[in-house]
Amino acid sequence: MTDNPAAIKSIEGRALPYQGNDVDTDRIIPARFLRSVTFEGLGEEVFIDERVDENGVKKEHPFNDPAYQGASILMVNRNFGCGSSREHAPQAIMRFGLQAIVGESFGEIFAGNCISIGIPVFTARETVLQELQNLAQREPKTVFKLDVEARSISFNGKSIALEMNSSVRTALLGGTWNTLDELLQNMAQIESVYDRLPYIKGF
Amino acid sequence: MGKNLFNKVWDLHKVAALSETQDQLFIGLHLVHEVTSPQAFQELRERGIKVKYPDRAIATVDHIVPTKDQFIRPYQDTLAEEMLQAVEKNTTEFGIPFFGLHSDSRGIVHIIGPENGFTQPGMTIACGDSHTSTHGAFGAIAFGVGTSQVRDLLATQTLAVDRLKVRKIEVSGARGPGVHAKDIILRIIAELGVMGGIGFAYEFAGPAIAALSMEERMTICNMSIEGGARAGYVNPDQMTFDYLKGRPFAPAGDAYAAAVAFWKSIASDEDAQYDDVYRLDITGMGPMVTWGITPGQGVEVSGNLPRIADLDESEAEITRKAYEHMGFTEGQKIEGAKIDVAFIGSCTNGRISDFRAAAAVVKGRKVAAHVRALAVPGSRKVKEQAEREGLDVVFTEAGFEWREAGCSMCLAMNPDKLVGRQMSASSSNRNFIGRQGTPKGRTLLMSPAMVAAAAVEGAVSDVRKLL
Repeated sequence: MTDNPAAIKSIEGRALPYQGNDVDTDRIIPARFLRSVTFEGLGEEVFIDERVDENGVKKEHPFNDPAYQGASILMVNRNFGCGSSREHAPQAIMRFGLQAIVGESFGEIFAGNCISIGIPVFTARETVLQELQNLAQREPKTVFKLDVEARSISFNGKSIALEMNSSVRTALLGGTWNTLDELLQNMAQIESVYDRLPYIKGF
Repeated sequence: MGKNLFNKVWDLHKVAALSETQDQLFIGLHLVHEVTSPQAFQELRERGIKVKYPDRAIATVDHIVPTKDQFIRPYQDTLAEEMLQAVEKNTTEFGIPFFGLHSDSRGIVHIIGPENGFTQPGMTIACGDSHTSTHGAFGAIAFGVGTSQVRDLLATQTLAVDRLKVRKIEVSGARGPGVHAKDIILRIIAELGVMGGIGFAYEFAGPAIAALSMEERMTICNMSIEGGARAGYVNPDQMTFDYLKGRPFAPAGDAYAAAVAFWKSIASDEDAQYDDVYRLDITGMGPMVTWGITPGQGVEVSGNLPRIADLDESEAEITRKAYEHMGFTEGQKIEGAKIDVAFIGSCTNGRISDFRAAAAVVKGRKVAAHVRALAVPGSRKVKEQAEREGLDVVFTEAGFEWREAGCSMCLAMNPDKLVGRQMSASSSNRNFIGRQGTPKGRTLLMSPAMVAAAAVEGAVSDVRKLL
C-alpha cells in the first residue's frame, strides 16, 4: 500500500519558544484582521499587537527575534489558543512558517483547528516544556525532530516522549487530517441519520 | 446506570466511528455567519461540492455590521462591505436561508437561533463561533468549530469529533438581590479555572440553575467556553417547553406535544453517570467583576484583588501579566475603579431581560459625565421589544447611546471600539488583551446591571446599593 501523500509523519527544524499561559486567540490574531474573505497575509499579523508598538516600531518579541526566524516548531505553555474558534489563529502561525506546536495544553477548538490544516499538536508536562524552551533559547540553532508515530521529540541525540491524542495521530499518519474526503464517504449513513431524527421528520 | 443528556444526544446523531476515539457526528443545525464561513464556501466552490442539507443551516450577519448607520451601504469599511457581500452571495448561491441586513429576525446568531425557535432540545448544533455553547441552554449539544469544520458541515452536515467527558456542575442556594446569571458563571469560571473544562461538556444542574429563566441559562451556557468547556447545557424542563411554544420555527399543533415527549426523553436520567461532579453553593454570593485578562480572574465586587505571593505558582505568570496590562495594584479593592466606557450587549448579555435589568438601574439616573455608554441590542427583535417597553427612552435619557443590533464592542470588528487605554465595564464575555478594539484597552466583565451601575457612578460599583 502506498502512503497517502498528505500523511504527516515527522517535522524537523529549529524551534521558536513562546512563553506564557492562557495565551488567547485574540492575542495570536486580533479580531480586526478577521475582516477578510481569505486567510492571506495573516502570517505577517501573528501576535502583531505584542510585536509592534503604537508607532509601528518593532518590540522585543520571540516572533521578531532573528535567532528564531525560519523555525519550524512552536513551543508554548499552558492553555495556548484558548478563546475564540477563529481558524485564523493557526492559519497565522502556519503562514508565519511554523509547522508544528508543542505545548503543555491547548484550547480545544484551537487544537482541532491546527489538525484540520495539518499542524501537528503535541503535549508534554510543564517541566518538559521548560527544558525544551530553555534549550531553544540558549541554543537557537538546535534542530528538533518531532515524530508523530513514536510521539516523541528528539534533539542532540536525546529523545523525550510526548503525548498526542490517538485519533489525531491516526489522522496525521493516514493523511486524513483534512477530514472532508473521509466524511463524504459515508453519505448513505448520513442520510439514514437525517431520516431518523425526530426534529427533522417533524415529530 | 442511566445516561446523561450529552451521551443520549450524541448516540442519536452518531453516523459512524472514524477511529477508536473519534466519531462522525451529524449536526442538526448549522449556524453560519460572515466571519468564519467565506473560505469554507470558496473551497466548496473550487471542488464543485454542493451544500448537503441547506435546510439544516441558517445564516446571518452580526460581527462586522456597524450599529450606527447600519443600513447605509456600501459600508465605509470596505473590508466589512466585502464580507457582507460575500455572505449574501454565498447563501444565495448555495441556497442557505439568510437573515440578512434588512430581515426583522436578524441579530447575533446565538440570539436569533433561540428567539426564532430554531434552537431546540435534543439537537446537535455547531457554528464557526466559540459561543455556540449558548444553545446548550435548551438541552442541545452545541459547540464552536473552525472554518475547516464549517466546510465539512456545509458538504456533509457532519463533523469528525471526539466525544467529550461530562462534568455535572450542581449549583444550589438562593440568589441574593442584584446577583444575576453572569455572576454565577463568572464564579464557576473563577473556581474551576479557564482550562478546567478542557475535554469536558458542562451539565449545569441543581436548584439554582432550575430557577433561572431561559435567557439566564443562555448566559451561563454561553460562557462555558471561557471555562475551557467546548459545550455546556441545561436539561430541558417545563420552562424550556414553554419558551419554545409559539416561536416561528418551533414545532406547533400536534407536533408540539410529540416534540415535548421527545425533549423529555433526552434529558439526563435521574441515575445518570458523569465523569465528574462539582458542587457550588451561591448562598450569600455577591455580584462578580473580572479585573484581569482572563475570564477566570474575577472577584466579588466587594472583594480585593489577589496578591501574587498567595497564589499557586502556576497562576503567578498570568496574574503578573494581568497586573501589568490593567494597571491595578495587588490587594486593592475593585470597587471604585474608574471606567471610561460602559457596554451593554453581546451574545452573553444582549437579550431583553438584560436590558430590563440594566434599565431598572439606569432609570432616573444619569451616566457619569466622563463615561461613554453604549446599549446594543442582540437582535432586531430584542430592540423592538425594548422600544415597545420604552427602555430605549430610559437609556437615552440617562445618556446611553441606543444602537442597532450586532456584536459591536464585544470584539470590535465594527466601528465600536475602545480608544487607547480606556477602561470598559462590559457585559460581554472576554477580557482578553486587545479584545475591545485597541491593544492597550482594558475590559472589566460584569452583569448588565453592574455595567449600568458602573455607568452612572463612573466607576465599578456594587449595584445592590442602587436597587
